[in-house]
Parts: sequence; structure tokens; C-alpha cells
Amino acid sequence: MEFNAHKPIYLQICSQLYEQILRGELKADDRILSVRDLGIELGVNPNTIMRSYETMQNAGIIYNKRGIGYFISENAKDIVLSQMKEEFMNNELPEVVRKMKLLGIGIDDLKQYFSLF
Amino acid sequence: MLEIKNLDFGYKTQVVFKNISLTFEKGSIYGLLGENGVGKTSLLKLISGLQSPSAGTCTVDGVASFNRWPETLQKIFFISEDFAVPEGTPVNYIHDLGRFYPNYDEKLFFELCTEMEVDPERKYGEMSFGQQKKCLIATALSLNTDYLLLDEPTNGLDIPSKTLFRQIIMKHSNEERTIIISTHQVKDVENLIDPIIILDRDEVLLKASFREITEKLYFNYTTVKDDEALYSEIMPGGFVNICRNPEGLDSQVNIEALFNTVMHNKQTIKDLFNK
Repeated sequence: MEFNAHKPIYLQICSQLYEQILRGELKADDRILSVRDLGIELGVNPNTIMRSYETMQNAGIIYNKRGIGYFISENAKDIVLSQMKEEFMNNELPEVVRKMKLLGIGIDDLKQYFSLF
Repeated sequence: MLEIKNLDFGYKTQVVFKNISLTFEKGSIYGLLGENGVGKTSLLKLISGLQSPSAGTCTVDGVASFNRWPETLQKIFFISEDFAVPEGTPVNYIHDLGRFYPNYDEKLFFELCTEMEVDPERKYGEMSFGQQKKCLIATALSLNTDYLLLDEPTNGLDIPSKTLFRQIIMKHSNEERTIIISTHQVKDVENLIDPIIILDRDEVLLKASFREITEKLYFNYTTVKDDEALYSEIMPGGFVNICRNPEGLDSQVNIEALFNTVMHNKQTIKDLFNK
């Protein structure tokens, strides 16, 4: 996994899992890798992986069965979707809008491009 | 636990440490950073009983390491940066060493050699530096010591081996083990090490986990330099500005920039982290 240098690694690890949830590769009650195994796979310190898992657990995206491991929650997809939408609106959209204003592009100008991607 | 208490150390003409205290807990992978000549290697030698403190103590599970008791030495393995190349083959060497280490795992040694694609039956003298290093890493891990000290472990490793090195270290770290990696090649180990220790002449400037670092410092990546920052560094695409973090913002640590920030703001950093 190639990490982005600017975003906390533990959040990047979350994002990777979120995409797998949205694409349907991970479904409710699927077991995810243990902290240790994901650490080995990524070559990342377990403290960092633990922080990712804590974050996702607090958000209700995964749950922990003591002694067994971490699993995808029933409504993980809904939570991820609303969380990622919010993140897009708050973090990514402002940058897009700023650039559109800078370049003099209006909302209507975008319509022809919308279906391209 | 490794404990260094009020330790002084120096060579004939030069003071290396003056009254330093540091502890290393089980289950962590420490990154030891510092400019050339600040004593990173000396610290590892003190821990492994190769040097004796001139004052204060350096203990391993409560016993001074310079006593060099077998019970203590069998818990520690140190790969120095300028290791003496062992005679014979890695197999000869591990058989000799293995006798002194009660948790030595022969099967693991051969597995690691296979994983790193080195031939344990070939003479050390005929191998490249990188291959020698891989054999020593296999040796060190299969001795299964509680304390593993690695001085510049990624030096000489080729690109695929660096990834493999991180995976192997992660795989063989556990709750009982303390690993200390001293390095200048921070990119090779930046996601592996936590906490970080920064040494300076005579003293310890910083010892903190990534979590503590991001709680106290904010790494702001911008296109325009932030003049209010403690330190800014130019990087491709803009700047990384290291600021105080009163609002508790989340950010990604850049270890090289952190190191330079600490070097430029020694007292400020010490005050900030010792609160």
C-alpha cells in the first residue's frame, strides 16, 4: 500500500477499508484482519493499526468480539457513506469550488463533464 | 524493561552523555534518531554491555548490563552497523551462537533465510554486504531475544528487501519484545517505529509516541510558507509547516521535518513535551 504523505496513516488505513465496504467486498459480519496481521501486511506499527480500529469502532463501522476479532457492523455501509459524503462536502468540495472560481467555471459548465467520469 | 538512570558516559576526550535517563518498555519498536556522533551507537553498546557507564546505571530487567551475566546477555542481541563479518557460513555461525540463547529457533532461521533469499550454506566472506546483513537479521530474529538492537538495519538492503524487512520485523515483534532501531534512513522505517527518541549531544531531546507528537504538534502541508510555524521545510508541491497544536488537529507526522524542528527549537520542544 502506497501511503499519501499528507494524511495521517491511520485514517488512510480506515479509508482503504471504507472503499472495500462501499464496493461490497466487505459485508456485514465479515471478519477483518487482526491488528497484528494487517500490521505485518502493511509493515506498519500495531499502535497505528490499533488507532484505525479504535476510530472505526467508535464510529460503529466495525465491532469487536472479545478474543475472536473485529467484524463489519450491520449498518457499516450507511455510516461509511454518510461519513464519506460529509468528508467530501467539507474537505474536497471547497477545494474544487475554489479552483472553479479561480478558473471562472460555473456549475452549468460542469454538467457536460459529469457523465464523463 | 531497559532502564537508563542518571547515566554519564564518554570517551577519553569527549563527553557523550551527561545525566541521561530513559526507559524502554516491552512490546514497542523504538526509533532512535540523532545527528552523526551524538551517541546512538554508544547507547546501544551500553545497553548490550559492551561499554560501561562512567556514572549512573544501565539495567536490563533490573541487572546492570555491564555485569555481563549470561542470564542478561542471553536476552539481548545487537547487530552493529560495522559488524565484524563472521567466519564460515551463516549455518556455522548460528549453531555456535544458538547454544548461548535458550529461545533459539532453528526452524525460524531457515525460514527467514528462504524468505530473504539468502543461502545459509554460503560463506559470509563471499557474500555482498546486503546479503551478509540479511543473514544477520535472520540470525538476530531466530535467537528470539527479548531485546533486539539494530543499528542502521536497512543500510545495504535492496529496495524489495526494505519492504520485506518491515514485514518481518512486524511479524516477529510481540508483547514481550523490545526492539530498538537506530537509523538515519527514516523513510525506511517511518511507519514501523513508535515511539521516537531523538538524541542530541549529551542529552535526550525528545521521547514521544506518534500519538503524543500529533497531539502537541500540527504538521500543516501548504502551498504558501507559514511564518508562524516553529519550523517550515520546502517539499515537492509546497511546504510542511510544523506548528503548535492547541486545537488538537490531526495530521501526518513527517519524521525528517520533525527532526529538523526539534533541532531548531530544542528548548521549546523540551518544554512542550515535558509538561
